[in-house]
Amino acid sequence: MPDTPPTPPSETAPRRVRSDVPFFTVMVAIGTSYLALILAMLWADWRFTSFAEIGKALSDEAIRFSITLSLLTCTISAILSVWVAVPIGYLMSRYRFPGKKLIDTVLDIPIVLPPLVIGISLLILFQTPAGRWMDTTFSDLMKLIGADGIRGITYEVPAVVLAQFTVAAAFATRTMRVTFEQIDPRPERVALTLGAGHASAFSRVALPQAYRGMTAAFTLAWARSLGEFGPILIFAGTTRMKTEVLSTSVYLEFSIGNIHGAVAVSMLMVALAMVVLLVTRLLGVGREVV
Amino acid sequence: MIEVRNLGIAVPGFSLKGLSFTVPDNAYGILMGPTGCGKTTLLEAVCGLRKTRQGTVTLHGRDITRVRPGERGIGYVPQDGALFPTMTIRDQLAFAMQLRKWDKAKQQQRIEELAELLGIGHLLKRKPRGLSGGERQRVALGRALAFRPEVLCLDEPLSALDEETRGRMIELLKRVQRHEHVTALHVTHSSSEAEQLGTHLFRLVNGGIQEDTA
Repeated sequence: MPDTPPTPPSETAPRRVRSDVPFFTVMVAIGTSYLALILAMLWADWRFTSFAEIGKALSDEAIRFSITLSLLTCTISAILSVWVAVPIGYLMSRYRFPGKKLIDTVLDIPIVLPPLVIGISLLILFQTPAGRWMDTTFSDLMKLIGADGIRGITYEVPAVVLAQFTVAAAFATRTMRVTFEQIDPRPERVALTLGAGHASAFSRVALPQAYRGMTAAFTLAWARSLGEFGPILIFAGTTRMKTEVLSTSVYLEFSIGNIHGAVAVSMLMVALAMVVLLVTRLLGVGREVV
Repeated sequence: MIEVRNLGIAVPGFSLKGLSFTVPDNAYGILMGPTGCGKTTLLEAVCGLRKTRQGTVTLHGRDITRVRPGERGIGYVPQDGALFPTMTIRDQLAFAMQLRKWDKAKQQQRIEELAELLGIGHLLKRKPRGLSGGERQRVALGRALAFRPEVLCLDEPLSALDEETRGRMIELLKRVQRHEHVTALHVTHSSSEAEQLGTHLFRLVNGGIQEDTA
């Protein structure tokens, strides 16, 4: 080729758009690297254990108890989380009021605090006179309904739920706030002119639109609760057949040197989490309303 | 009759005050003004969706300045409809009647009447998703008229429509007003809408209201 300087393209010449291949290659490559890390971890776990190991873990009565307790406590904390997240998310997305920024920051505290600190804070809270009163009142209440097994809150099953809920609710609240922020407030205002009060505008117009967000908040809270460990360790303890949940089981197995057992329980958690996440997501999409 | 006297509204960014105008019974009032002058704000204040600082709003002699939006008896048609996304069109039409606990037969009769008047009978089982701009506006109009309000407030109801649909909607609005005997207040920036629909024309300029005598 002769060595002539390239002629600048005329301004009227049709523009040649560069290929999109590099863009998508880079995006997919970066995305895949993270996906690969997750899958590689699971693969390594899987290689380390076997169906026999998982079967052995499942045959252990303590592990079976821990699975049941995990399913139960995660579901209760997820329901409680959505229960508080809906009103907070709605109020924070729809209204301006003094101190809103401060409240917003406070609501994020459970997300930014180290889990251990949450556990210690809960423990200390329930050592205060008010906390002790709640502990004994709850214990009496349980006796009254015939659940004598639960003797108060601290170091009992309610402590597991409370520890999970404290963190999970913060995530659910974020989700619900974003959900309501994305819902157009104008139909609710129209409902007000049609004769509705704020309660029916909320329950008949806004809430039905928030269904997918509520599913997402529930799923997130459930998953977050399943993974919760630090606060449970401190506030509920790690008593076998009493306050042991799956994350505690992994820790207990690991601490007595039973790495195979710990990995087997971990795989159970992965399977459980995936089933629940998939089911809730399918339900959420299946009942899409808008 | 809609009577606004010396109304003042505080809005972040600007303020409106000393606004007065009267739309007589069964008249079609048009409120015009440049974009961002506060037309919508004023209409929302009449509907009770915005707090006022001073002045009064009176409907047929009843002072409604401090009355909650749902007790004012105003049918409100917002810009581009703002339909309820999760409800069928039938439920949207029934919404105000259900809140007023009308009996089922009466609701059904009213829904059929509105469906006929607005030509939305074929849409009753659908949800708003996928409706055209004109269909949305007709549904929003039906939803606002369902409880037989004496006053109808419309916020740029035709601005998102194509030329042909707009022409048909103008005819429809005229017919609706005659049929339903409503006093209308219609916000727009289109002078052709004003000419074709308005019996009374108000301009909101420089924070004050001037009435054009046509």
